[in-house]
Amino acid sequence: MAVSYENSKLVFEGIKAAGIRSLSALPETWLIHLLQRAEDDPEVELIEVAKEEEAIGIAAGAYFAGEPHALLMQNHGFLAGINGIVSLAQLYHIPLCMLIAFRGHWGEPYPWHTRGGIITEEVLRALGIPFEYARDPEKVAKQIKEAYTFSQSSLSPVALLLTRDLMED
Amino acid sequence: MERARCLETIYPELSDKLVVTIMGACAQELYNLGDKDNFFYLQHAMGLASSIGLGLAKALPDEKVVVLDGDGSVLMNLGTLTTLARYRPKNLVHIIFDNGSLLSTGGFSSHTTSGVTDLALIAKGAGVEHVRTVKTPYQFGEAVIDAFERDDLSVIVAKVRAVGPDHYGMDVQLAENAFRFKRYIKQKKRAANAS
Repeated sequence: MAVSYENSKLVFEGIKAAGIRSLSALPETWLIHLLQRAEDDPEVELIEVAKEEEAIGIAAGAYFAGEPHALLMQNHGFLAGINGIVSLAQLYHIPLCMLIAFRGHWGEPYPWHTRGGIITEEVLRALGIPFEYARDPEKVAKQIKEAYTFSQSSLSPVALLLTRDLMED
Repeated sequence: MERARCLETIYPELSDKLVVTIMGACAQELYNLGDKDNFFYLQHAMGLASSIGLGLAKALPDEKVVVLDGDGSVLMNLGTLTTLARYRPKNLVHIIFDNGSLLSTGGFSSHTTSGVTDLALIAKGAGVEHVRTVKTPYQFGEAVIDAFERDDLSVIVAKVRAVGPDHYGMDVQLAENAFRFKRYIKQKKRAANAS
Protein backbone atom coordinates (compact mmCIF):
# COMPACT_ATOMS: atom_id res chain seq x y z
CA MET A 1 0.00 0.00 0.00
CA ALA A 2 1.30 3.43 -0.89
CA VAL A 3 0.50 6.76 0.70
CA SER A 4 -1.99 8.52 -1.55
CA TYR A 5 -0.30 11.36 -3.38
CA GLU A 6 -3.55 12.70 -4.81
CA ASN A 7 -5.46 12.62 -1.52
CA SER A 8 -2.55 14.16 0.36
CA LYS A 9 -2.76 16.99 -2.14
CA LEU A 10 -6.48 17.38 -1.43
CA VAL A 11 -5.82 17.46 2.32
CA PHE A 12 -3.16 20.12 1.87
CA GLU A 13 -5.43 22.17 -0.37
CA GLY A 14 -8.13 21.81 2.27
CA ILE A 15 -5.75 23.12 4.94
CA LYS A 16 -4.97 26.17 2.83
CA ALA A 17 -8.60 26.72 1.85
CA ALA A 18 -9.49 26.74 5.56
CA GLY A 19 -7.21 29.75 5.93
CA ILE A 20 -4.60 27.87 7.95
CA ARG A 21 -1.23 29.54 7.54
CA SER A 22 1.04 27.61 9.86
CA LEU A 23 1.46 23.98 10.79
CA SER A 24 3.29 22.17 13.52
CA ALA A 25 4.04 18.56 12.84
CA LEU A 26 6.00 15.49 13.58
CA PRO A 27 6.76 13.58 10.38
CA GLU A 28 4.97 10.27 9.94
CA THR A 29 4.61 8.01 6.90
CA TRP A 30 1.02 8.90 6.02
CA LEU A 31 1.91 12.59 6.25
CA ILE A 32 4.99 12.60 4.01
CA HIS A 33 3.37 14.09 0.89
CA LEU A 34 1.45 16.59 2.97
CA LEU A 35 4.55 17.76 4.82
CA GLN A 36 6.53 17.93 1.59
CA ARG A 37 3.90 20.26 0.16
CA ALA A 38 3.96 22.36 3.32
CA GLU A 39 7.74 22.62 3.15
CA ASP A 40 7.61 23.69 -0.50
CA ASP A 41 4.82 26.24 -0.06
CA PRO A 42 6.05 29.73 0.87
CA GLU A 43 2.57 30.69 2.08
CA VAL A 44 2.61 28.07 4.81
CA GLU A 45 4.96 28.09 7.79
CA LEU A 46 5.88 24.57 8.90
CA ILE A 47 7.48 23.85 12.26
CA GLU A 48 8.61 20.26 12.73
CA VAL A 49 8.92 19.30 16.37
CA ALA A 50 11.03 16.76 18.20
CA LYS A 51 8.01 15.43 20.11
CA GLU A 52 4.35 16.15 19.65
CA GLU A 53 3.69 17.80 23.02
CA GLU A 54 5.83 20.73 21.84
CA ALA A 55 3.32 21.28 19.05
CA ILE A 56 0.57 21.91 21.61
CA GLY A 57 2.64 24.81 22.98
CA ILE A 58 3.46 26.12 19.52
CA ALA A 59 -0.21 25.96 18.55
CA ALA A 60 -1.12 27.93 21.69
CA GLY A 61 1.46 30.58 20.81
CA ALA A 62 0.13 30.83 17.26
CA TYR A 63 -3.42 31.13 18.59
CA PHE A 64 -2.47 33.96 20.93
CA ALA A 65 -0.76 35.64 17.98
CA GLY A 66 -3.94 35.40 15.91
CA GLU A 67 -2.40 33.08 13.33
CA PRO A 68 -4.60 30.25 11.99
CA HIS A 69 -2.74 27.07 12.86
CA ALA A 70 -3.22 23.31 12.63
CA LEU A 71 -1.34 20.36 14.07
CA LEU A 72 -0.39 17.30 12.04
CA MET A 73 0.54 14.15 13.89
CA GLN A 74 0.08 10.43 14.16
CA ASN A 75 -2.34 9.08 16.77
CA HIS A 76 0.62 7.93 18.87
CA GLY A 77 1.82 11.52 18.80
CA PHE A 78 -1.58 12.61 20.03
CA LEU A 79 -1.15 10.14 22.90
CA ALA A 80 2.30 11.63 23.61
CA GLY A 81 0.81 15.12 23.72
CA ILE A 82 -2.02 14.49 26.17
CA ASN A 83 -0.66 16.44 29.14
CA GLY A 84 -0.23 19.50 26.95
CA ILE A 85 -3.71 19.05 25.52
CA VAL A 86 -5.27 18.78 28.99
CA SER A 87 -3.14 21.17 31.03
CA LEU A 88 -2.57 23.85 28.44
CA ALA A 89 -5.24 23.75 25.74
CA GLN A 90 -8.24 22.56 27.74
CA LEU A 91 -7.26 24.28 30.98
CA TYR A 92 -6.85 27.68 29.31
CA HIS A 93 -9.59 27.28 26.64
CA ILE A 94 -7.18 27.32 23.74
CA PRO A 95 -8.43 25.80 20.47
CA LEU A 96 -6.45 23.10 18.68
CA CYS A 97 -7.22 21.89 15.18
CA MET A 98 -5.58 18.46 15.15
CA LEU A 99 -5.31 16.41 11.97
CA ILE A 100 -4.36 12.94 13.15
CA ALA A 101 -3.16 10.02 11.05
CA PHE A 102 -5.34 7.22 12.39
CA ARG A 103 -2.91 4.30 12.32
CA GLY A 104 -3.37 0.90 13.89
CA HIS A 105 -6.98 0.26 12.97
CA TRP A 106 -9.02 -1.62 10.32
CA GLY A 107 -6.61 -3.09 7.78
CA GLU A 108 -3.48 -2.31 9.80
CA PRO A 109 -0.71 -4.79 8.88
CA TYR A 110 1.88 -3.55 11.39
CA PRO A 111 1.55 -4.98 14.91
CA TRP A 112 3.28 -2.02 16.57
CA HIS A 113 0.56 0.42 15.54
CA THR A 114 -2.37 -1.66 16.74
CA ARG A 115 -2.58 -0.92 20.46
CA GLY A 116 -2.52 2.83 19.95
CA GLY A 117 -5.03 2.52 17.12
CA ILE A 118 -7.46 0.47 19.16
CA ILE A 119 -7.55 2.91 22.06
CA THR A 120 -7.42 6.24 20.17
CA GLU A 121 -11.18 6.82 19.93
CA GLU A 122 -11.78 5.93 23.59
CA VAL A 123 -9.03 8.31 24.69
CA LEU A 124 -10.51 11.10 22.57
CA ARG A 125 -13.92 10.42 24.13
CA ALA A 126 -12.45 10.31 27.64
CA LEU A 127 -10.85 13.70 27.06
CA GLY A 128 -14.07 15.15 25.70
CA ILE A 129 -12.43 15.98 22.38
CA PRO A 130 -14.92 16.10 19.50
CA PHE A 131 -13.71 14.07 16.51
CA GLU A 132 -14.72 13.04 13.02
CA TYR A 133 -13.36 10.59 10.47
CA ALA A 134 -12.00 11.77 7.14
CA ARG A 135 -12.57 8.95 4.65
CA ASP A 136 -13.83 10.59 1.48
CA PRO A 137 -11.35 12.68 -0.53
CA GLU A 138 -14.20 14.79 -1.87
CA LYS A 139 -15.29 15.79 1.60
CA VAL A 140 -11.99 16.21 3.40
CA ALA A 141 -11.48 19.90 2.56
CA LYS A 142 -14.91 20.72 4.00
CA GLN A 143 -14.18 18.62 7.07
CA ILE A 144 -10.90 20.44 7.72
CA LYS A 145 -12.64 23.80 7.49
CA GLU A 146 -15.37 22.57 9.82
CA ALA A 147 -12.82 21.21 12.29
CA TYR A 148 -10.99 24.54 12.34
CA THR A 149 -14.21 26.54 12.68
CA PHE A 150 -15.46 24.36 15.52
CA SER A 151 -12.15 24.52 17.39
CA GLN A 152 -12.31 28.32 17.29
CA SER A 153 -15.93 28.62 18.36
CA SER A 154 -15.69 26.00 21.13
CA LEU A 155 -12.19 27.09 22.26
CA SER A 156 -11.44 23.40 22.44
CA PRO A 157 -9.21 20.79 20.88
CA VAL A 158 -10.91 19.16 17.89
CA ALA A 159 -9.60 16.10 16.02
CA LEU A 160 -10.06 15.00 12.43
CA LEU A 161 -8.90 11.40 12.06
CA LEU A 162 -7.26 10.82 8.69
CA THR A 163 -8.19 7.22 7.92
CA ARG A 164 -6.61 4.49 5.81
CA ASP A 165 -9.37 4.90 3.19
CA LEU A 166 -8.19 8.47 2.63
CA MET A 167 -4.44 8.21 3.13
CA GLU A 168 -3.59 5.01 1.25
CA ASP A 169 -4.14 4.07 -2.40
CA MET B 1 21.69 35.11 43.25
CA GLU B 2 17.94 35.08 43.73
CA ARG B 3 15.41 34.77 40.93
CA ALA B 4 13.15 37.41 42.49
CA ARG B 5 16.02 39.89 42.34
CA CYS B 6 16.74 38.99 38.69
CA LEU B 7 13.09 39.51 37.80
CA GLU B 8 13.09 42.85 39.59
CA THR B 9 16.13 43.93 37.56
CA ILE B 10 14.51 43.23 34.19
CA TYR B 11 10.89 44.04 35.11
CA PRO B 12 10.93 47.59 33.66
CA GLU B 13 12.16 46.13 30.35
CA LEU B 14 9.27 43.68 30.09
CA SER B 15 6.47 46.20 29.62
CA ASP B 16 6.59 46.17 25.81
CA LYS B 17 7.38 42.47 25.33
CA LEU B 18 5.35 39.28 25.29
CA VAL B 19 6.25 37.37 28.43
CA VAL B 20 5.55 33.70 29.05
CA THR B 21 6.46 32.41 32.47
CA ILE B 22 6.40 28.95 33.99
CA MET B 23 4.36 27.97 37.02
CA GLY B 24 4.95 28.25 40.70
CA ALA B 25 7.57 30.47 42.26
CA CYS B 26 8.61 32.16 39.02
CA ALA B 27 5.01 33.08 38.11
CA GLN B 28 4.31 34.34 41.62
CA GLU B 29 7.46 36.45 41.80
CA LEU B 30 6.69 38.08 38.46
CA TYR B 31 3.10 38.68 39.54
CA ASN B 32 4.27 40.23 42.81
CA LEU B 33 6.21 42.86 40.85
CA GLY B 34 2.98 43.90 39.15
CA ASP B 35 0.61 41.94 36.94
CA LYS B 36 0.40 43.02 33.31
CA ASP B 37 -1.76 42.18 30.30
CA ASN B 38 1.30 41.09 28.32
CA PHE B 39 2.14 38.33 30.82
CA PHE B 40 1.04 34.73 30.30
CA TYR B 41 1.42 32.50 33.35
CA LEU B 42 1.69 28.85 32.35
CA GLN B 43 0.52 27.30 35.60
CA HIS B 44 0.82 23.70 34.42
CA ALA B 45 1.97 21.77 31.34
CA MET B 46 5.58 21.93 32.47
CA GLY B 47 8.05 22.22 29.62
CA LEU B 48 5.82 24.03 27.15
CA ALA B 49 6.61 27.67 27.97
CA SER B 50 9.38 27.79 25.37
CA SER B 51 7.14 26.07 22.80
CA ILE B 52 4.49 28.74 23.36
CA GLY B 53 7.27 31.31 22.95
CA LEU B 54 8.31 29.73 19.66
CA GLY B 55 4.74 29.81 18.33
CA LEU B 56 4.42 33.47 19.33
CA ALA B 57 7.81 34.48 17.99
CA LYS B 58 7.33 32.86 14.58
CA ALA B 59 3.88 34.36 14.14
CA LEU B 60 4.88 37.83 15.41
CA PRO B 61 8.33 38.62 14.05
CA ASP B 62 8.07 42.28 15.10
CA GLU B 63 7.47 41.47 18.76
CA LYS B 64 10.11 40.54 21.30
CA VAL B 65 9.14 37.38 23.15
CA VAL B 66 10.60 36.53 26.56
CA VAL B 67 10.27 33.07 28.08
CA LEU B 68 10.96 32.74 31.79
CA ASP B 69 11.71 29.06 32.24
CA GLY B 70 13.23 26.80 34.87
CA ASP B 71 15.57 23.82 34.98
CA GLY B 72 12.82 21.39 36.00
CA SER B 73 10.55 22.51 33.17
CA VAL B 74 13.28 22.50 30.53
CA LEU B 75 14.35 19.02 31.60
CA MET B 76 10.80 17.85 30.87
CA ASN B 77 11.02 19.03 27.28
CA LEU B 78 14.68 19.02 26.25
CA GLY B 79 13.65 18.58 22.63
CA THR B 80 12.41 22.17 22.68
CA LEU B 81 16.01 23.42 22.60
CA THR B 82 16.58 21.51 19.36
CA THR B 83 13.39 22.88 17.83
CA LEU B 84 14.30 26.43 18.91
CA ALA B 85 17.78 26.02 17.42
CA ARG B 86 16.43 24.68 14.15
CA TYR B 87 13.86 27.44 13.61
CA ARG B 88 15.96 30.11 15.32
CA PRO B 89 13.35 32.77 16.02
CA LYS B 90 15.34 36.02 16.05
CA ASN B 91 12.96 37.68 18.46
CA LEU B 92 12.98 35.10 21.26
CA VAL B 93 14.90 35.37 24.51
CA HIS B 94 14.80 32.17 26.54
CA ILE B 95 15.79 32.72 30.16
CA ILE B 96 16.24 29.56 32.20
CA PHE B 97 16.40 30.08 35.97
CA ASP B 98 18.44 27.12 37.14
CA ASN B 99 18.06 26.51 40.85
CA GLY B 100 18.91 22.80 40.64
CA SER B 101 15.64 22.06 42.30
CA LEU B 102 12.02 21.17 41.68
CA LEU B 103 11.25 23.90 44.18
CA SER B 104 7.56 24.37 43.47
CA THR B 105 6.84 20.65 43.73
CA GLY B 106 8.61 19.71 46.94
CA GLY B 107 12.17 20.94 46.56
CA PHE B 108 13.72 17.74 45.28
CA SER B 109 17.05 18.08 43.49
CA SER B 110 16.91 18.28 39.72
CA HIS B 111 19.53 16.80 37.39
CA THR B 112 21.33 20.15 37.23
CA THR B 113 22.20 20.08 40.92
CA SER B 114 25.95 20.35 41.62
CA GLY B 115 26.65 20.74 37.93
CA VAL B 116 25.79 17.16 36.96
CA THR B 117 23.87 18.39 33.94
CA ASP B 118 24.77 21.67 32.23
CA LEU B 119 21.77 23.19 30.48
CA ALA B 120 23.89 25.82 28.72
CA LEU B 121 26.01 23.08 27.16
CA ILE B 122 22.86 21.24 26.13
CA ALA B 123 21.52 24.42 24.50
CA LYS B 124 24.87 24.87 22.73
CA GLY B 125 24.85 21.26 21.63
CA ALA B 126 21.30 21.68 20.38
CA GLY B 127 22.64 24.37 18.08
CA VAL B 128 21.77 27.64 19.81
CA GLU B 129 24.56 30.09 19.02
CA HIS B 130 24.05 32.70 21.73
CA VAL B 131 24.10 30.99 25.10
CA ARG B 132 25.30 32.50 28.39
CA THR B 133 25.51 31.24 31.91
CA VAL B 134 25.30 33.97 34.55
CA LYS B 135 25.82 33.86 38.28
CA THR B 136 25.50 37.44 39.53
CA PRO B 137 22.69 39.98 39.20
CA TYR B 138 25.03 42.28 37.26
CA GLN B 139 25.93 39.55 34.76
CA PHE B 140 22.25 38.67 34.49
CA GLY B 141 21.19 42.22 33.72
CA GLU B 142 23.97 42.59 31.18
CA ALA B 143 23.15 39.29 29.46
CA VAL B 144 19.46 40.14 29.23
CA ILE B 145 20.09 43.61 27.81
CA ASP B 146 22.45 42.08 25.23
CA ALA B 147 19.82 39.51 24.34
CA PHE B 148 17.09 42.16 24.00
CA GLU B 149 19.29 44.18 21.68
CA ARG B 150 20.47 41.17 19.68
CA ASP B 151 18.43 40.25 16.64
CA ASP B 152 18.81 36.53 17.22
CA LEU B 153 17.71 33.68 19.45
CA SER B 154 19.35 33.88 22.87
CA VAL B 155 19.41 31.45 25.76
CA ILE B 156 20.46 32.63 29.22
CA VAL B 157 21.00 30.14 32.01
CA ALA B 158 20.82 32.03 35.31
CA LYS B 159 22.12 30.17 38.33
CA VAL B 160 19.85 31.04 41.22
CA ARG B 161 19.26 29.85 44.76
CA ALA B 162 16.42 27.46 45.42
CA VAL B 163 14.17 29.93 47.19
CA GLY B 164 10.70 31.14 46.35
CA PRO B 165 8.14 33.70 47.49
CA ASP B 166 6.82 33.65 51.04
CA HIS B 167 3.23 33.33 49.88
CA TYR B 168 1.29 32.11 46.86
CA GLY B 169 -1.88 33.59 45.45
CA MET B 170 -2.74 35.35 42.23
CA ASP B 171 -5.98 37.09 41.42
CA VAL B 172 -6.00 35.97 37.79
CA GLN B 173 -8.07 33.03 36.59
CA LEU B 174 -6.41 30.78 34.02
CA ALA B 175 -8.91 31.34 31.21
CA GLU B 176 -8.98 35.06 32.00
CA ASN B 177 -5.21 35.14 31.60
CA ALA B 178 -5.43 33.47 28.18
CA PHE B 179 -8.24 35.75 26.95
CA ARG B 180 -6.46 38.84 28.24
CA PHE B 181 -3.11 37.88 26.71
CA LYS B 182 -4.71 37.23 23.32
CA ARG B 183 -6.64 40.51 23.45
CA TYR B 184 -3.48 42.42 24.36
CA ILE B 185 -1.73 41.07 21.24
CA LYS B 186 -4.74 41.78 19.04
CA GLN B 187 -4.98 45.37 20.23
CA LYS B 188 -1.25 45.90 19.85
CA LYS B 189 -1.37 44.58 16.29
CA ARG B 190 -4.37 46.80 15.53
CA ALA B 191 -2.58 49.88 16.88
CA ALA B 192 0.53 49.00 14.85
CA ASN B 193 -1.52 48.61 11.67
CA ALA B 194 -3.32 51.91 12.25
CA SER B 195 -0.12 53.89 12.67
